Amino acid sequence: MTTNSGASTVPPAPYRSQVEPGRDGFLQLVRSEWTKLRTVRGWMIGMAVAGLITMLFGILGPLGSGAACNSSNPHGCSAIQPPTLGPDGEPVTDELSFVHKDVSGDGTITARLDSMTGYYAPANGPADSLADLSKSLDPWARAGIIVKAGTTPGAPYVAVVATGANGVRMESNFTTSTQASQGAATGSAISSATPQWLRLSRTGDSFTGYESSDGVHWTAIGTETVAGIPSSAQAGMLASTPDHGSTTYLFGGSSVDSSSALLVAQFDDVAFTGDWSGGAFAAPPTLNQDNGPAPGAALFQNTYTQTGGTFSVTGTGDIAPAIAAASDDTKSIEDGLIGTFAGLIALIVVATMFIASEYRSGLIRTTLSATPRRGAVLAAKSLVIGTVTFAVGLVAAGIAVPLVKSMETGDGIFVLPTSTATELRVIVGTALLLALVAVFATAVGTLLRRGAGAVALVIALVILPYVLAVASVLPAGTSQWLLRLTPAAGFAVQQSLQEYPDYAQVTSAYVPAAGYYPLSPWAGLAVTFAFTAAALGLAAYVLRRRDA
Amino acid sequence: MEATIEVEGLRKRYGPIQALDGMTFTVSPGTVTGFVGPNGAGKSTTMRAVLALDAVDEGRALVDGRPYATLRRPLSHIGSLLDAAALHPTRSARDHLLWLAHSQGLGAKRVDQVVAASGLQSAIRRKAGGYSLGMRQRLGIAAALLGDPPILMLDEPFNGLDPEGIVWIRGFLRSLAAEGRAVLVSSHLMSELQDTAGHLVVVGRGRVIADKSVAELIAAASSGRVELHTTKRTEAMTVLTTAGATVAITDADTLTVTGLAPEQIVEALNQGNVPFSQVAAHRATLEEAYMELTRDAVEYRASTIEAPAHESTQETTR
Repeated sequence: MTTNSGASTVPPAPYRSQVEPGRDGFLQLVRSEWTKLRTVRGWMIGMAVAGLITMLFGILGPLGSGAACNSSNPHGCSAIQPPTLGPDGEPVTDELSFVHKDVSGDGTITARLDSMTGYYAPANGPADSLADLSKSLDPWARAGIIVKAGTTPGAPYVAVVATGANGVRMESNFTTSTQASQGAATGSAISSATPQWLRLSRTGDSFTGYESSDGVHWTAIGTETVAGIPSSAQAGMLASTPDHGSTTYLFGGSSVDSSSALLVAQFDDVAFTGDWSGGAFAAPPTLNQDNGPAPGAALFQNTYTQTGGTFSVTGTGDIAPAIAAASDDTKSIEDGLIGTFAGLIALIVVATMFIASEYRSGLIRTTLSATPRRGAVLAAKSLVIGTVTFAVGLVAAGIAVPLVKSMETGDGIFVLPTSTATELRVIVGTALLLALVAVFATAVGTLLRRGAGAVALVIALVILPYVLAVASVLPAGTSQWLLRLTPAAGFAVQQSLQEYPDYAQVTSAYVPAAGYYPLSPWAGLAVTFAFTAAALGLAAYVLRRRDA
Repeated sequence: MEATIEVEGLRKRYGPIQALDGMTFTVSPGTVTGFVGPNGAGKSTTMRAVLALDAVDEGRALVDGRPYATLRRPLSHIGSLLDAAALHPTRSARDHLLWLAHSQGLGAKRVDQVVAASGLQSAIRRKAGGYSLGMRQRLGIAAALLGDPPILMLDEPFNGLDPEGIVWIRGFLRSLAAEGRAVLVSSHLMSELQDTAGHLVVVGRGRVIADKSVAELIAAASSGRVELHTTKRTEAMTVLTTAGATVAITDADTLTVTGLAPEQIVEALNQGNVPFSQVAAHRATLEEAYMELTRDAVEYRASTIEAPAHESTQETTR
């Protein structure tokens, strides 16, 4: 043994610690990381700022616009018309030519459709008669039979229709549309030689649709139970066609290339049976149609003429779900969360610095020597930053959504109704999104060990795709792919707007710029989760292998 | 099992540089072990390997007989200070100790105890970014003591300390060792360890050159040396070199002579007619012993340091 050249030559007894050993475990580690986070004031301020920014953007919306309800509007708040709402409260388009009579009880309506002819107004040309119009049958032009609760826009209905290019369909209440397995595939194939027979019968709330090519052999399309149509309802023929044209979303706005369209449908052999027999059709409207002014010139009226048993029905418009929030007067609850991306930037900075600052100062060596289980260190860090950002998100979204909604309502803006479950999903989902992105940022910070680089990378992967997509800087298709394939997909969890996949003429307008994400809320969040899990796994692997 | 640090045959290569080249030593309890060597000798790398921060290519390091990575609550086994500057600048010193304590399942009470021992009470709630290097060293030592460990390992704790601080830390380290703890303290300046270390592990280029008690080291370095005072330095050197001695200049009128006995030196000087005032057997300082060891390690490493250096210092003297 060695001897001590200093004071003593007799080695003292080995040291026995007087300190009670502390408890050991993951909870202690989590507590330690929480202490780290809360004791850097800048980070706590950053968290608070993130929450405030998230709320502020949403609040500035109604504050800034004042909508149509300010003093400069001579009509005041009462002038604001809410959009037409369907039976479930969703915005709809309910514009059609409806040749109807009153019916009550159970019954059946049958009609033979002899032709569908579509027209649209040529650019700049005069349009005084059908001869001045160009011929084109819109794929979603409709001609058929319908039972409707009334002529009030948005009233419940069930219809069996032939369409321009989407086959024979049974539709109800603006949101359900089922194509029949048989029947005319296109409206142009229908003629008096090859007519399309349609039938719709009611028993209580149960409706069954049929189609036939000869009026003898019938094929059932389906049976639907639709509540909300009273026993005393209206039934008859309908004709409608959406505007001719298309909408392109590109470079910060949408361009609509559109002109008025008109459908002329010929019906024959119209028969009402059961309780519905008897009665007379309401006279054609003298000007315009049942449901508000016709678009464009007087030629584009929803009206009809009757010659003996033959009806020629002229219609324009659409009976389908509408694109919500298309105007300044209509908002959805997620508009209150428009600032999420900005608040997220602050959270990304804090979450990244939470680990990158340890590499910068060398503190990571202290951390890893205090806890050699490196995977556990990363897990504790992730849990802490995830939980705190979740709480920040929950508070910010929980305040912003109801607050902005009530401010907008007070301004006379129509806020689309949503179920409580949807509102909760939007709020909690936003908090989850923040938490996932924060953990993602911590993982990237662990991998790169440099704060600035990691912040830039995370913003480029999460914020940039979102901004590019929703600001419609990019074409709609590219935007949708960005929101499928990048961590920004999780923003889908904020969408409260309903989508109706049955209606292709509407789905083309389901673009990020209009607030529609390509993935469902939870699927989008799952993409963000996958990125976070992958980054975290890689970070854990690298952290274990790397010299600290 | 006694509380020790055992380092066995550590080898680690960073690209072209062999940072550790068979580093082997054991730190015993009850004494301060100085871990000395020039910058780049592998001291910090060894310490990081002991703490399982850096993986080694070969060899193993044990703390309390176990690999560090398997320790639960490691700060109750070994307290370490690698880099006193490793602090978050805007976190207070006390909060720094607090998170570290929490990671070991310890509470604020223990933090207050180590703060009292470090003498930082008045400044403990200030941001660590405003600390002087000396205050950071004290804070680092306080952190190392959190788990009240039987082993302490400090990397260059004297750096940045003022004279008062150096005196404080020397006394502190001695008292920790006197309690029976194993204390390993690295330094690139042997003078800092004077009167503190009882044992020395001298390293160069990734391996141990000498592993001895301080007394043994000084004795070995002193052997065969003669100190000569003369006003005719140049003439004396010529005469003595001709007689077969090796002469080194110590200062303006002092030479250190090896290879000749004092009587032979007096005879040679008299024959050469060189005046001198004093010839005496030399007692080396720790610093000289260290310089001797490390100089050789640098100059003749590959050819002369084949045998394990701690067996004898003969190979390292000229």
